[in-house]
Amino acid sequence: MSDWPLLSLAVFLPLIGALFVLLIRGDEETTARNAKYVALWTSIIVLAVSVALWALFDPSTSEFQFVEQADWIPAYGIRYALGIDGISLFLIVLSAFLTPVCILCSWEAVTVRVKEYMVAFLAMEALMIGVFCALDFVLFYLFFEAMLIPMFLIIGVWGGPRRIYSAFKFFLYTLVGSVLLLVAMLTMYLEAGTTSIPELMNAGFDEDMQRWLWLAMFASFAVKVPMWPVHTWLPDAHVEAPTAGSVILAGVLLKMGGYGFVRFSLPMLPEASEFFTPLIFTLSLVAIVYTSLVALMQEDMKKLIAYSSVAHMGFVTIGIFSMNQQGIEGGIYQMLSHGVVSAALFLCVGVVYDRIHSREIARYGGLVHRMPRYAFIFMVFVLASVGLPGTSGFVGEFLVLVGAFQANTWVALLATSGIVLGAAYMLWLYRRVVFGELVHEDLKTILDCNRRELLYFVPLIAAVLVMGFWPDPFLEVMHVSVENLVDRTAGASVLAQAAE
Amino acid sequence: MTYAAAIVFLPLVGAVAAGLFGRWLGDKAAPVLTCVLLVAAAILAWIVFFQIVADGRAVTVYLFTWIDSGAFEVDWALYFDQVTAVMLIVVTTVSAVVHVYSLGYMAHDPHRPRFFAYLSLFTFAMLMLVTADNFLQMFFGWEGVGLCSYLLIGFWYKRPSANAAAIKAFLVNRVGDFGFALGIMGVFLVFNTVSFESVFAAVPDRAGGSVRFLSWDVDVITLLCVLLFVGAMGKSAQVPLHTWLPDAMEGPTPVSALIHAATMVTAGVFMVVRLSPMFEYSPDALAMVAVVGATTAIFAATVGIAQNDIKRVIAYSTCSQLGYMFFACGVGAYPVALFHLFTHAFFKALLFLGSGAVIHAMGDEQDMRRMGGLWRKLPITYAYMWIGSLALAGIPIFAGYWSKDLIIESAFVSGASAGRYAFWIGVGAAFLTALYSWRLIIMTFHGRPRMAKDRFDRAHEAPGTMWIPLLVLAAGAIVGGLPFLGGQMVHHGGREFFGHSIFIMGDNAIELAHEHTPLWVKAMILAVALSGVAAAYLGYMRLTHIPGMLAGRFRPVYRFLLNKWYFDELFDWMFVRPAKRLGYGFWKSGDEDVIDGLGPDGVAAATLDVARRVKALQSGYVYHYAFAMLIGLVAVVSWLLFRFWG
Repeated sequence: MSDWPLLSLAVFLPLIGALFVLLIRGDEETTARNAKYVALWTSIIVLAVSVALWALFDPSTSEFQFVEQADWIPAYGIRYALGIDGISLFLIVLSAFLTPVCILCSWEAVTVRVKEYMVAFLAMEALMIGVFCALDFVLFYLFFEAMLIPMFLIIGVWGGPRRIYSAFKFFLYTLVGSVLLLVAMLTMYLEAGTTSIPELMNAGFDEDMQRWLWLAMFASFAVKVPMWPVHTWLPDAHVEAPTAGSVILAGVLLKMGGYGFVRFSLPMLPEASEFFTPLIFTLSLVAIVYTSLVALMQEDMKKLIAYSSVAHMGFVTIGIFSMNQQGIEGGIYQMLSHGVVSAALFLCVGVVYDRIHSREIARYGGLVHRMPRYAFIFMVFVLASVGLPGTSGFVGEFLVLVGAFQANTWVALLATSGIVLGAAYMLWLYRRVVFGELVHEDLKTILDCNRRELLYFVPLIAAVLVMGFWPDPFLEVMHVSVENLVDRTAGASVLAQAAE
Repeated sequence: MTYAAAIVFLPLVGAVAAGLFGRWLGDKAAPVLTCVLLVAAAILAWIVFFQIVADGRAVTVYLFTWIDSGAFEVDWALYFDQVTAVMLIVVTTVSAVVHVYSLGYMAHDPHRPRFFAYLSLFTFAMLMLVTADNFLQMFFGWEGVGLCSYLLIGFWYKRPSANAAAIKAFLVNRVGDFGFALGIMGVFLVFNTVSFESVFAAVPDRAGGSVRFLSWDVDVITLLCVLLFVGAMGKSAQVPLHTWLPDAMEGPTPVSALIHAATMVTAGVFMVVRLSPMFEYSPDALAMVAVVGATTAIFAATVGIAQNDIKRVIAYSTCSQLGYMFFACGVGAYPVALFHLFTHAFFKALLFLGSGAVIHAMGDEQDMRRMGGLWRKLPITYAYMWIGSLALAGIPIFAGYWSKDLIIESAFVSGASAGRYAFWIGVGAAFLTALYSWRLIIMTFHGRPRMAKDRFDRAHEAPGTMWIPLLVLAAGAIVGGLPFLGGQMVHHGGREFFGHSIFIMGDNAIELAHEHTPLWVKAMILAVALSGVAAAYLGYMRLTHIPGMLAGRFRPVYRFLLNKWYFDELFDWMFVRPAKRLGYGFWKSGDEDVIDGLGPDGVAAATLDVARRVKALQSGYVYHYAFAMLIGLVAVVSWLLFRFWG
């Protein structure tokens, strides 16, 4: 099985599924039902493929694995190249894990253009997986940019009342970044004569050039993360996106930025990364404190969680730029954990939104009386978001802080204050929504989570707890790849110092 | 001795069973199941206790790897030594009593399985904390008890005040945990490990060295100890992180008993005792511990004499007694601190559960101004409250006497200036302790009944499930301090008993206290306690106009005490309101006006302007994409031209 083109399979299966969905004919109801089932089963098969990747992955080497190569545009040496290492593996698993969840949670919520909706999600899945396994810069760029289109459509077509504004804002921000990333890519090609990612890692750009390239990439990745102050698209995009759109946005799309830093900035531009570390630290700390305070005052559940995402992603960037084993592993782990937890939190909002059609916190209160199961589920994810030990949130956050403490104690101190603020806004949210008296009339007949909802919440809870109590299987896979990355950056900075 | 692990996991089994399968088990079976498991755990704990004391050896039960990242390796492992053994019996015994008591106390609550699940989970978290073999696992238990206290304080989730108190408890604890977490990171930075054993072994080598923290060079061990101690201050409700504890009264009374006696506030004291091999190398940190402890002891006692809520009086007395334990640690008398923790657990749980019986009998009345004359109606509870108060005030032969007396004596002989401070404050607080204890007894049980007549007539003694388990606690409060039981811990300075589990550098303050305390000190401590009782008798039974007159004469002082030194108002003004104002400002002015105004909205306005001019294309977005791509392409090409051909 190991010589099967598993990565291509993972990338193209969703597209084949999408094609099947497009071919579905019949009256509206049957089309919708068939489209849902085809999409669900396709995504489950892709999940199985991703699990197979994990099972067959060899954690003892930092080399790229499952590598597939083919000439694509031979005139310029651009190749179709796929491969994964210990850093990208879990991001693929995460994408494959969240797609069926998205399809399940849209089961009843989406009623118009169901076929197109499912096609959009399957296309999205293909592109997400593509981004994380592309080993050629051009291929990466293609996936990276193309992904905007389905996301844009999901918000723009199936979104809320202000969807046009939000979609536009989302687009504008990411586009500016994309253009600069394109510039960086072309420059690298002209300098190094290749677009192969592994080769670019060894290209050794001169320091001045590195700084310009770094800034160009930073513009793109920072928007995706998102880092302060280019984060304002996120709350709007989330608010207007349908639940599943928010799940993918928070769960996977935000990880593109962090992945970009780890895959490109750090190994290809190590000196520049070191040079700009203070910038990253500053912006991340501002993000943690500033957006946590903003989150405290939100009146809209989705906005609150969106702002909390900005704060949590601040931990990711701090971890990555601590440039030590704990920091980088913590950053990656935090990305995975946030992918699960924030996705689950948006699903929790989705559950009550589907019933009451409001995201306003004040519209709720006392849900625990009618929805004990929901109260329990929501509590688990609130605690994971707060970073309680025993949940996935703790492991990532704490490793990041351990890494940061070694890099700079000021950064660690200020970042740690985020754990107090994080608890404040999440517990306050929970209290206002779930606890208290049941006052609103329509809430008195609200129904608890049904089986379909439990079907996706139970695996998410399991993921949060397993990742919290037993992170070893995950961290173990990352070790060698991260060690290699740390050596690379540390080696570069030592050389740079020697040169001076 | 792997079976010792069962002590930790039996409560977890109970919690999961009652929590997730409570509906299936039924409202009767689920609580009973948790009680049975807890009693079993308590019995096992006593067996393990005697075995460890007899063997004098520590045992580690390895479970599995938790986190492994580079040098940062942490295991799940249970560690049993003498210090743990003492904590095990305290935690499981008190918790078992509270569980059984709750069968009666919560008999009419519709959410019993959930309540018992929380109680058992709480116990489990505390047991994980005391059996931790590394800093991170301790942190797990630490935050775990924080979570459970949040759940239990907010158990009656309909009440806004309960919700507020629950969040406050969690957040104030988080402030402490902030210090603890930084302490752990610091420990890892300095020692490259977070396992207790390896850290303790390496401390002597690093002692006296300095490390750069923030922008200053500071003493390594002092820095770490101070950071970790901030965590202890939060959990053990020391000034200024004490504000959550009195509010925690919003939870059901058995929860208060559990929090105050066994499963939460003692965690801070335990931490300092556990880390004695670190604290002993930092005189500065120890002085801080002593000063914070002593200050809390007197602060809480002064507030305690002015409160009217029966549970609040006892809550402040907990704060104050924890202060005693800390200053014992601060002068190096760790065994005495642990001894006081042990005796305190019994009499404090007794007082709380006794007051719970009063509240129960009065139909949920907590204000002592509306009680009085209850001793005829509640003779058993009355007796319990006397026993608890005698022990709390430190009257001879009762448990508290032995431990508190030794704490004050140890402070006396320690010689350091922090020790002197602690000594005089300890004496002063002892007077106040006796005063507020008997004020409570007299206001509740004596005088004429100050409530509606039918209420008084309806008052009745609690059912057997409530008062019978208290016999265990009453026995502990009477004999817990005698040499054959608790006294072992401090006999010969605790050297034999604790072996290597507690490290004391230099002279053992307790041994010195035994040898060098002049008689007048012993006599004074006793005299002070008795005069406190006498003052309460005079003020509240004989010359009842005096307290009111004093309160009137010294009105500002009285208001200051009644309002708990205005800590809540201060924190609200310093942190809560600015945080909200900043949050709102950042959101409205920062994000919406500045960032969006200059960024997307500004650009959008400009772009749309262009778009309006180019009317041919109307479909918006694809067009914008293309347009921006074009601009990008132009920029790229011109830049490349400039660079390579220019």
